[in-house]
Amino acid sequence: MLVGHQPKEFLLAVEALTVSFDGFKAVNDLSFYVDENEIRVIIGPNGAGKTTVLDLICGKTKATSGSIQFRGKELTRMKENEIVKTGVGRKFQNPSIYDDLTVFENLEISYPRGRSVFGALTFTRDAAVRDRVHEVAEMIFLKDRLNMSADLLSHGQKQWLEIGMLLIQDPDLLMLDEPVAGMSVSERAKTAELLNRIIKNRSVLVIEHDMKFVEDIAHKVTVLHQGQILSEGTMEKVQNDPKVIEVYLGH
Amino acid sequence: MTDNRFFNRSELIGILVLAVFLVVVLPLTLDVFRLNLVAKYLTYAFVALGLVVCWGYGGILSLGQGVFFGLGGYCMAMFLKLEASSVENTKIQSTPGIPDFMDWNQITALPLFWKPFNSLTFTIAAIILVPGIFALIIGTAMFKRRVGGTYFAIITQAVAAILTILIVGQQGYTGGINGMTDLRTLKGWDIRPDHAKVVLYFFEVGCLFVCIMIAQFIRHSKLGRILVAMREKEDRVRFSGYSVANFKIFAFCIAAVFAAIGGAMFALNVGFMSPSFVGIVPSIEMVIYTAVGGRLSILGAVYGTLLVNFAKTSLSETFPELWLFGLGGLFIAVVLAFPNGLAGIWGDYVQPRIDRLISPRKPKPEGWTDSSVADGAPAE
Repeated sequence: MLVGHQPKEFLLAVEALTVSFDGFKAVNDLSFYVDENEIRVIIGPNGAGKTTVLDLICGKTKATSGSIQFRGKELTRMKENEIVKTGVGRKFQNPSIYDDLTVFENLEISYPRGRSVFGALTFTRDAAVRDRVHEVAEMIFLKDRLNMSADLLSHGQKQWLEIGMLLIQDPDLLMLDEPVAGMSVSERAKTAELLNRIIKNRSVLVIEHDMKFVEDIAHKVTVLHQGQILSEGTMEKVQNDPKVIEVYLGH
Repeated sequence: MTDNRFFNRSELIGILVLAVFLVVVLPLTLDVFRLNLVAKYLTYAFVALGLVVCWGYGGILSLGQGVFFGLGGYCMAMFLKLEASSVENTKIQSTPGIPDFMDWNQITALPLFWKPFNSLTFTIAAIILVPGIFALIIGTAMFKRRVGGTYFAIITQAVAAILTILIVGQQGYTGGINGMTDLRTLKGWDIRPDHAKVVLYFFEVGCLFVCIMIAQFIRHSKLGRILVAMREKEDRVRFSGYSVANFKIFAFCIAAVFAAIGGAMFALNVGFMSPSFVGIVPSIEMVIYTAVGGRLSILGAVYGTLLVNFAKTSLSETFPELWLFGLGGLFIAVVLAFPNGLAGIWGDYVQPRIDRLISPRKPKPEGWTDSSVADGAPAE
């Protein structure tokens, strides 16, 4: 499946990626490839480097060496906001929303228009923006909370809001860091439903610990351990891999 | 929908109240001396207004706004000084036609950088551009490298200290510690008599309202909301595709230009400019005006400035040694007890009562919130 590494065929091609923090290699010579419309889940024990991989892709952390190609563009040399413009969206582990703004304003800021200083100054809240905000708000179950200050939302609702903020950007690659962590059972079910709806026509890279959830959504699973790939393949294959059972699934 | 790009209803009322207060009430009740004092206070309101945009909304604390106040003030003062230094006015000097302090420092020709200040058009452009470009340079150097918070505040203090030392040290070019004094006329129109003071006061109030409108426009634009968002979650803004540094630079430049306009007004209204308005102490005082008024409130900045300065004038006349302690204590008290200043007190305690009196239940328009930025309400 990964024969003849030709990055152009993949949406995302990570090759020989290494990052070292004062000599500690959090990610070590990592290579993996994500196809168009693929849902890839990264699992692994704590400290395996999962979040660091997402940080590297979205530009939050600079790679020590290696390359990240997205649609043939090299991301390691780009700034965060430029990476966003090429179509990469990132959700953080803790809900990262603007508490002082309303749900509507949170979504509006994420609407991909008027991103320069003068664009933002002359931005008008026209029908296209309003319709899109309403559409997304309906998807993320927050339709009747648009005028509510975001800090009044529950933890789960904040997670949804951040997913909505990414959705409104319409990225080609969506990266989610533990989207159901800290959610109640019913919220979890709704989130799975939400994710299944929004992953159409885009690729998704998810970090998640909840194995039931992973089984529900993953096309392919990558298991990371100490900054390297321990195993990769379908959920079934990974679950039966003795190495994976030993370091991760066993306990 | 609130589609007005400048203000909503309660802000409009607030602006009108302030306008009536400044344009009608004060000129009718105060004598020219006191009115000129208010004019002096209001020059700091420009700085406070800039700090609301930069510090209140953007979360960028600058402790060096005196730098921009000074640059604007010195640009204006240079023009006025040149006009006051005509050959007939200065014929007793060894080199007539140059400012008196140059003559005292054995300078025999007008320095090159002074020459363009013979033109009022150039001077007005310089009042905006010199501080604007200087802020752009500092902002780019700092924010592109992600220097922020306390480090940025310390650097702005250093800049304020450096500029003061430079001005004091270069006596022959700047007038040194005494500053530029004895400013007389603007295009032949004497700025010293009482009626001129009144005209200048109204001109200044007009400029202040233009700046208030610009600040309101920024606040109600998406840029205003991005500044608030950035203050809370810088990374999220970055990963929503915005260049955080550019927005910070913009807010810092706006604050610098407002401060510079204030400085130019100071030179006009007060009739001199000196390094004592540039350094660290005045810069921190300006931050206190904003904090007292409420750092999220555009109109609060104006009231805060007036209030602290009135207190300063009356208290420092009676207890000159105690005033600085009072000012420090005031700052600590406001930050600890009323983080949103006068505007916060107004918004939390007074406004709700008024609202209840006027209309028992008011539906909120869509997409608008009071919590995004505390209401710019008048607080006297």
